[in-house]
Amino acid sequence: MTDASLPETTREASMGDYVALLKPRVMSLVVFTALVGLIVAPVPVHPFIAFVGILCIAVGGGASAALNMWWDADIDRIMKRTSNRPIPSGRVQPEEALAIGLALSGFSVVLLGLASNWLAAGLLAFTIFFYAVVYTIWLKRSTPQNIVIGGLSGALPPMIGWAVATGSITIESVLMVALIFMWTPPHFWALAIFVKSDYGRAGVPMLTETHGRRVTRNHIMGYMIALIPVSMAIVFTSIGGWVYLATAIIMNLWFLKACYAVWRRDEETAEADSFAAERSAFKVSLAYLFLHFAALMIDAALRTQGIGSF
Amino acid sequence: MTIRVEHELHSRRKGRNYGLLILLLAFVGLVFGLTVVKVLELGDARKFESNDHVLRPALLPMDTPATTEASQ
Repeated sequence: MTDASLPETTREASMGDYVALLKPRVMSLVVFTALVGLIVAPVPVHPFIAFVGILCIAVGGGASAALNMWWDADIDRIMKRTSNRPIPSGRVQPEEALAIGLALSGFSVVLLGLASNWLAAGLLAFTIFFYAVVYTIWLKRSTPQNIVIGGLSGALPPMIGWAVATGSITIESVLMVALIFMWTPPHFWALAIFVKSDYGRAGVPMLTETHGRRVTRNHIMGYMIALIPVSMAIVFTSIGGWVYLATAIIMNLWFLKACYAVWRRDEETAEADSFAAERSAFKVSLAYLFLHFAALMIDAALRTQGIGSF
Repeated sequence: MTIRVEHELHSRRKGRNYGLLILLLAFVGLVFGLTVVKVLELGDARKFESNDHVLRPALLPMDTPATTEASQ
């Protein structure tokens, strides 16, 4: 075989392209929150079962990402940020992504059911379905509330982790889901305001483009206010403790201040300082979620030593 | 034009094949590990035999009537 016969086939995928289909960076949030859900649960889990459980949740998340890339290949091709993804760049065929997505979905759900219980497996199947079908296929291109409703799929991992350990759904796992669910809109829209996107060109209705930045700022403030009682409610459940209480108070005040700064200013001021307040609110939002879940984990560790709980 | 036996394409395929090998070995390890943990969690490894749907008198408790009937 000579070089002359190969130019067209050199676009063949490498292992890294298949890994990129699974959106490994998004997976990190899924793994972290699922791990916290599993650790704070009152039922101890064998470390290997816990490892397999988290692995299945991560693979399930990756599978839904592959299905998302399969369906969105047409708009990914149009948008600059996504044009180099494996499918639009031609390195992976859409049919391959579909096959990988479906195979990994089945694999992760069945293995999770066999390793832990079928409630956890059912919740994982629902999460994959919600992200791939409800969000990607249905909501994403039809409503500017897409990320609000679709955010449920990103919020479910701690509930799956909790179900792996306990085999049940309780107020604690529901509140952990609600925390991520209510946090997603202010987090995402703060980013949407300062990032130059071409969603409009791709025909995806983002709130910043359909209703403008003023309305988006109002929405950020509204969801931030609704987020506070959810965050504080966890204090009064069995997984709350002193560390979580202190973290929730500080982080709610900090995030509220950051969102208020985003809400009160106009476009001229924002553009004058290159969206400094919006960038700051986005960074605070990352710390907000991470520290809430880290605090839950610390309280769980303290409880095992007989301290930290009320 | 020089004829090169090794093309960049071949090394990429090699990477993919090794990647798949690692994944398959990891899967085998995963299933093996799960099996060990599940059997050990039974407490008594003989309970594992109760999954084959065959009546084994040796697995029945000693003081039940069924044990007595089975032994007669």
